[in-house]
Amino acid sequence: MDFTFDFNKNQLESIENILEEELIGLGVECVVLIDLAGNVIVNLDNGKCEHDVYSLAALAAANFGAVSAMANIIGEEEFSLLFHKGENDSIHFSKIGTDLLLLTIFGKEVSLGFLRLKVNEANNKIKELV
Amino acid sequence: MALINPKKKEVQVKIVYYGPGRGGKTTNLEYINKKFRSRIKSEMVTVKTYNDRTLFFDFLPFDIGMIKGYTIKIQFYTVPGQVKYNATRKLVLRGVDGIVFVADSMTLRQEMNIKSLENLRENLASFNKDLNNIPLVLQYNKRDLGKQGIPILPIETLESDLNGSLKVPYFPASAVTGENVAATMKKIISLTVISLREKLDLGGK
Repeated sequence: MDFTFDFNKNQLESIENILEEELIGLGVECVVLIDLAGNVIVNLDNGKCEHDVYSLAALAAANFGAVSAMANIIGEEEFSLLFHKGENDSIHFSKIGTDLLLLTIFGKEVSLGFLRLKVNEANNKIKELV
Repeated sequence: MALINPKKKEVQVKIVYYGPGRGGKTTNLEYINKKFRSRIKSEMVTVKTYNDRTLFFDFLPFDIGMIKGYTIKIQFYTVPGQVKYNATRKLVLRGVDGIVFVADSMTLRQEMNIKSLENLRENLASFNKDLNNIPLVLQYNKRDLGKQGIPILPIETLESDLNGSLKVPYFPASAVTGENVAATMKKIISLTVISLREKLDLGGK
């Protein structure tokens, strides 16, 4: 199925507030909410981050699609959580509902366990809004 | 479908270059990337296999300015043309707003063009989209090869093979020399933006 999303200003502001409070407040560098077509819905950062979020969104959506196809091959519907660890920065992917993906880019000073907890909280709050 | 962000006053539009393998889809984007550098704020993203074929897609964001107070961000994608990469092609087609079908003019590639267009129709159908109702432009690429003595199909044959029932705009082109690459791009942008007009009107309220 294809899909369409229409967010109004209030929804976008509420999502930004949730991400600001739960994740930017935790010390992550950058957080991007995208759809699975690779569109950027919301992006926030800590003011020091200059990543090309549009290219990142296109690649992340494709990456998630590829990993979902791998999941299907081994009999899983999907892997709802992905994590790529780098030397300094890492990316955490979390699916929200059926068509949204939350990317969180964070450095070594953020604990993965705590991040997962916070992403989960943000995820639940955003699900209620969309 | 295009994503409208009323807060940032921004519309993201997805245009996909589709067609058989080695037909010139990536070369189209490379030409656009070079020719319109001032409108492109980031590097072209390309995911290739070891033998330089497109594995996943190429991605090129392109700003066309503002319409009705909204910044229009065109996002060009290519798909991998090789038959075996159909799962990837479907992923890239997700949320597509407009399509350029890049056909290969070489006589040898006649069957591949027809199969690829049929594959596009099937893949769109899996998203409940109809090839007859989506903004579409055909590009008959590699016209320059005729001058080098390589057998190419007459435009009439390409038209009857591919555009007989669709009757969409088409351009004879050469992605390598740049001939009609910009014209193809401008046509698909204009058709796609017109098709989104109704949605943009709603978003503007």
